[in-house]
Amino acid sequence: MKQKQISDNSFAKINRIRPWVNAVFSSVMSVIAVATVIPVVLVFIVSITSSKSLTLRGFSFFPLSTSFTAYQNLFKSGSQLVDSYLITIAITAVHTSVSVMIMTMYAYVLAQQRFAARKFYTFVIFFTMLFSGGLVPSYIINVNVLNLYDSFWILVLTSMVSAFNIIVLRTFISTTIPIELFDAAQIDGANDFTIFWHIVLPLSKAGLATISLFVLVGKWNEWFPGMLYIDNPKLIPLQTMLTRIQQKIDFIKNNSSIASTPDGIAMLKNMPSEQTRMAILVITTVPILFAYPFFQRYFIQGMTIGSVKG
Amino acid sequence: MAEAANKKTAPRGLRLVAGFQKHWRLHILALPVLIYMLLFSYAPMFGVVLAFEKYTVTRGFFGSEWVGLRNFEFLFATTDAWRITRNTVLYNIAFILLNTTLSVLLALVLNEMYLRRLSKSIQTLLIMPYFLSMSVVAIIVYAFIGPTGVVNSLIKASGQRAMTNWYTYKPLWPFLLVFVNAWKGVGYTAIVYVASISGISQEYYEAAVLDGASKLQQARYVTLPHLRHIIVIMLILSMGGMFRGDMGLSYNVTQNSGALYEVTDVIDTYVYRALKTLGNTGMSTAAGLYQSLVGFVLILISNRVVKHVDEESALF
Repeated sequence: MKQKQISDNSFAKINRIRPWVNAVFSSVMSVIAVATVIPVVLVFIVSITSSKSLTLRGFSFFPLSTSFTAYQNLFKSGSQLVDSYLITIAITAVHTSVSVMIMTMYAYVLAQQRFAARKFYTFVIFFTMLFSGGLVPSYIINVNVLNLYDSFWILVLTSMVSAFNIIVLRTFISTTIPIELFDAAQIDGANDFTIFWHIVLPLSKAGLATISLFVLVGKWNEWFPGMLYIDNPKLIPLQTMLTRIQQKIDFIKNNSSIASTPDGIAMLKNMPSEQTRMAILVITTVPILFAYPFFQRYFIQGMTIGSVKG
Repeated sequence: MAEAANKKTAPRGLRLVAGFQKHWRLHILALPVLIYMLLFSYAPMFGVVLAFEKYTVTRGFFGSEWVGLRNFEFLFATTDAWRITRNTVLYNIAFILLNTTLSVLLALVLNEMYLRRLSKSIQTLLIMPYFLSMSVVAIIVYAFIGPTGVVNSLIKASGQRAMTNWYTYKPLWPFLLVFVNAWKGVGYTAIVYVASISGISQEYYEAAVLDGASKLQQARYVTLPHLRHIIVIMLILSMGGMFRGDMGLSYNVTQNSGALYEVTDVIDTYVYRALKTLGNTGMSTAAGLYQSLVGFVLILISNRVVKHVDEESALF
């Protein structure tokens, strides 16, 4: 075993690209990687740029002077921001835990090779990958039949079940847990509930972590359901809030007939300044960027199972 | 034990009931997702009857006035139908071609870099935009091309007076949207490919080296054929999405600027506007149904074609 590894390593060494090629690759890739994150750095710099510098230079990587007033203002007055933050945390937490739980339960059912109804259950979710009723029928049903307009629950419920994630979870369960383990547990008198709770859940932690990350990030970043279904300011999620502020300002600025009237000027004045918007953006994004390295351990593994044929 | 004995003595017609009795716990485990799918996926599928109606809230889905294909006639009589179809399909083709090529290329390069630590850090940076929401991306784009953005600041600094309002300047947008989409997505896909390359057995490379293959030849004759499978699956899936626009890109990033509709409007943004601002449920459902049906047919066709060419890679 050990010897095999050594010979593998030495092969990898022989089969290396030449040092100068590696140097070229490394530098080109480093430049690309830095260029990829630079826009985010710019936004951060703008959020700490002083107003004076902003009027003189516009958005710049090198502001004349810095100030943290944008952040101070946010935490002083920003009740909308606080509301949105709390509601987004609540939505994301409820959504992620329920979503991952029920999808794993379903995935466990699909992993039962000898269960006759498995084919039916597979079809039920697979078909939703191929065809959908579209936005409008969903909207009408959610609003007029289920009465979910302007409610907390519509924000929790949208995109709670993803066929793709279920298939990934099923593949994960059937490849990591040997079927003999199920049989042994059944002989010991365990039923499907106990097997699911005491064997499947603990043994699929890595898979659950990966899917949870995707579900969590997806929900945190969701902006569209808020645009569609929410009017109540107490319920507006963070991302929806960002989009709405941005579009309102653009609308006023692009319509000079409104912008030049006293009303328009007053409206623009009450809008958050550009630094403030960038500060909101930074505060919105930071939790996600923190979550990412935490999950990164499981990440590559999770993505590789994801690529297994469904 | 008792169940097994039961099954033997029970008449055939009761098999189904017996099976259900034996496995009721599995059905319970499947129940929450089943209910969710019925309410939020299957009910809307029947809801497409709206496309053939003049919907009124009080009369509901099945009581509203039946108008046959009039909503479709209305949709296809406008020039909008052609415009949104063209934009949706062209953007998707550009996205698929550029993103697949770039991410395979990046994956090949990342895989060859032998300073592992550096390669890993680069991957961490490349995947970052994937975690940003489209609302955030829209503001980042605005920070560059907005009225006080970086681009206009540079133009001002170089002494030119005329500042362009980029949000009404059509020629920019097809390129910008394709670029933003690549920026956001390529890192992620590249890392999926890196992961699958690392799954290829060393022995193939050893054999190739013994046969005197250069690095380029190894990539061409060992790595790429191994990636074919996953590339094809991703292509089939994106064929189904060929008629689906990206709401985030076309609505958020463009700030829903009306002056740009000619080059940015896609089926999804059109449906959204028809619903929210015009309140025209009939026509917007018709547009959505048109989108779903064509997507469905496309995914069936591409799967059939793939099955014909390469049985292994087909999705179903």
